[in-house]
Amino acid sequence: MPLVKNGKTATDIFVHVADGAQLPGDGAVLVSAARFLEDPEGMLKRAGKLGVIWPNNRDVDDLVPYLDRLAVVALVFPTFRDGRAYSQARLLRERYGYDGELRATGQVLRDQFMFMLRAGFDALEAKKQSDVEAFALTSKRYSVFYQPTGDGRLTALHRRMQQRHSESAR
Amino acid sequence: MVTANRTADGAVIYRNAAQGWSTDLSDAAIVRNVDEARALLAEAVADDVGAVGPYIAPVSVKDGETVKPGNLREHIRQSGLTIDLLPVSA
Amino acid sequence: MYAYDELDRTLLNERVEEFRDQVKRRLSGELTEDEFKMLRLQNGVYLQLHAYMFRVAIPYGTLSSKQLRGLAHVARTYDRGYGHFTTRQNIQYNWIKLAELPDALASLAEVGIHSMQTSGNNTRNVTSDQWAGVAPGEIEDPRIWSELLRQYTTLHPEFSFLPRKFKFAITASAHDRAAIKIHDIGLRLHRNAQGEIGFEVLVGGGLGRTPFIAKTIRPFVHGRDLLSYVEAILRVYNQYGRRDNIYKARIKILVHELGVEKFAAEVEEEWRAMGESALTLDDGVIEEIRSRFSYPAYEKLPHMPEELKKAAQVPPFERWRRNSVFTHKVQGYSIVTISLKPVGAPPGDATAEQMDALADLADKYSFGEIRVGHEQNLALPHVAKRDLPALWKALDKLGLATPNVNLVSDIIACPGLDYCSLANARSIPIAQELTRRFANPDTAELIGRLHINISGCINACGHHHVGHIGILGVEKNGEEFYQITIGGRADEHAELGMLIGPAVPYGEVADVVEDIVEAYLALRERPDELFVDTVKRLGVEPFKERVYATR
Repeated sequence: MPLVKNGKTATDIFVHVADGAQLPGDGAVLVSAARFLEDPEGMLKRAGKLGVIWPNNRDVDDLVPYLDRLAVVALVFPTFRDGRAYSQARLLRERYGYDGELRATGQVLRDQFMFMLRAGFDALEAKKQSDVEAFALTSKRYSVFYQPTGDGRLTALHRRMQQRHSESAR
Repeated sequence: MVTANRTADGAVIYRNAAQGWSTDLSDAAIVRNVDEARALLAEAVADDVGAVGPYIAPVSVKDGETVKPGNLREHIRQSGLTIDLLPVSA
Repeated sequence: MYAYDELDRTLLNERVEEFRDQVKRRLSGELTEDEFKMLRLQNGVYLQLHAYMFRVAIPYGTLSSKQLRGLAHVARTYDRGYGHFTTRQNIQYNWIKLAELPDALASLAEVGIHSMQTSGNNTRNVTSDQWAGVAPGEIEDPRIWSELLRQYTTLHPEFSFLPRKFKFAITASAHDRAAIKIHDIGLRLHRNAQGEIGFEVLVGGGLGRTPFIAKTIRPFVHGRDLLSYVEAILRVYNQYGRRDNIYKARIKILVHELGVEKFAAEVEEEWRAMGESALTLDDGVIEEIRSRFSYPAYEKLPHMPEELKKAAQVPPFERWRRNSVFTHKVQGYSIVTISLKPVGAPPGDATAEQMDALADLADKYSFGEIRVGHEQNLALPHVAKRDLPALWKALDKLGLATPNVNLVSDIIACPGLDYCSLANARSIPIAQELTRRFANPDTAELIGRLHINISGCINACGHHHVGHIGILGVEKNGEEFYQITIGGRADEHAELGMLIGPAVPYGEVADVVEDIVEAYLALRERPDELFVDTVKRLGVEPFKERVYATR
């Protein structure tokens, strides 16, 4: 899958390891939540970076104790119409302070890029190469935002308030 | 027959026998059994660019040639609204 | 009126350009219909029987004359010269071409209106009392909060792909004209013991195949916490609402399956976990939004001007005034409801000419403002009483002075099988026939307040469950049949109607309704006992007997 990370096309260094398959001794791997939770401490001791693919129907609370030791949390969009991972992303970033790579996987399409970035994703495993190529354009499509999220973009309300203050200071 | 709406303007269209679409019901390819209907639908569905939401709809054929919509919904799709748009002048 | 600023306008234009690009990709085949469908729905574009349908939001039912002309322009330029006002403060166009839609959107953006989230599984147009800001006794103009919610819900990065659609309604009056109890979230603005503004929050109302009246989950949420509390509700719903079955995906089902206490506890827990957040509204922010609503400079006018006294001698004027003119909070002014239910016409339709002419009348008589209500009528919210006779004459010429507001021929109806791809049966011709049967204004006045609501399928866009008389179209062996309920209502005493018996065929609906009305006239205790009250007192039985005795 083509990957966009921090706004740039990137090579995915993480190997997806299927549940029954042997884990490589080192190197970056992505494993399922089920496999990770069988032996989280053991997995985290392994040499090489670890990422977990977290399903969208499981509370992220179970992942919270390990967040500071995970290199990647990959959330899943089984279809682009299923928006549960947006809530998970915001909770991980804004409530639990996760600052590693937060990756969107599954049916990840350009028309949802902006929502994903705003929800806290910094890596997008896009389904189509053409969408990756359109990333630069797509991510700049909007310059006004109404809601405060953890991405730090100023909201329209905030900008208005600032404008008011600067006007009244004059 | 198989019918859909045209992507660009939404117009009602019917799948014809030449693997294309027509806005005229009399041009529609008429199928008489399940296998033929499935094949016609599959062909219509394959044209995702040109048509939206193809489905199989009933028709009645009189005297072996005059094709009429087989239910009220298709009748309305073919002939338009059943109502007056403007109020009767008071 | 709320005045868009540069930021609002920029966002709108950015959205139009995004959609233009999406349409282009769809027409070129770059996007499949499966991928495009949700994108078009998020811009209010459905595919109906004959064409695409385009739904435009009229947030909290307020329009400027310039905006109404903008709507007329779209009707004339991109459609067939008319539009249909819906039960959720939207207008729908029935014949729009996909390829031309981006241009239609761009022209609407010029007057500050849009179609964002008028469909799709996201938060829909925030609706409110069409008399907001002018109703006597109102606690505060609910549109300030509606506008805060409009901005908050527009292109929300977390809640644009919910399990199902999600509708808000707000009222700030004791009498609920916004039907908040049949919304996913209903908000009743009131003051607490300290005199602070806040909201009773009701959740899980809705019609469709499983109708529910909303339940209160918190009697008072302080105004400053409105957005954070709403976010907590939406987050619980986004995570736990059902996605396995489209018919069980609305929040009402989640509330029902969890039980309202458990649901309320989940929301409370999430809300507490959020703590003080960036969503907490300080007074400055609320003031900022409030400052961008402008209000008319009312004159000091007499309660009973000479013009009105004189016109009272003209019976048709007086009948209209009695029916369609309502008390304004400012002395000397009135709220005028414009019936879009002339005899024999599709309920809620208006032509481009009517819209333009009404915009002119709004400029002349109503400080350039028009309102849209969920009953599919319009209103001029600030008419000086001295102008009523002149306004009436002008409206009458336009076919907009039918004196049937709140009466039996003021029918709410969905487009039904004449337009809609979901419908099982027609709605509009039933409504048209009923307006003909009850065309005599004396009879209608004698009957009094009576709301007939018609839906062409179980999705209930015509709100049949909450009609005093509800008519639901179903299909039986290829024929149109109609189930009839009585005793429903959508106001602060909201209730679901009760079925009176087996469905009746298309041709008998109007007869049955006439029988029900005759039974009511015979059964009511006093002339001012409303139809719904008689049904409440006596139940379904006497009506059922009357209707089915001869059938």
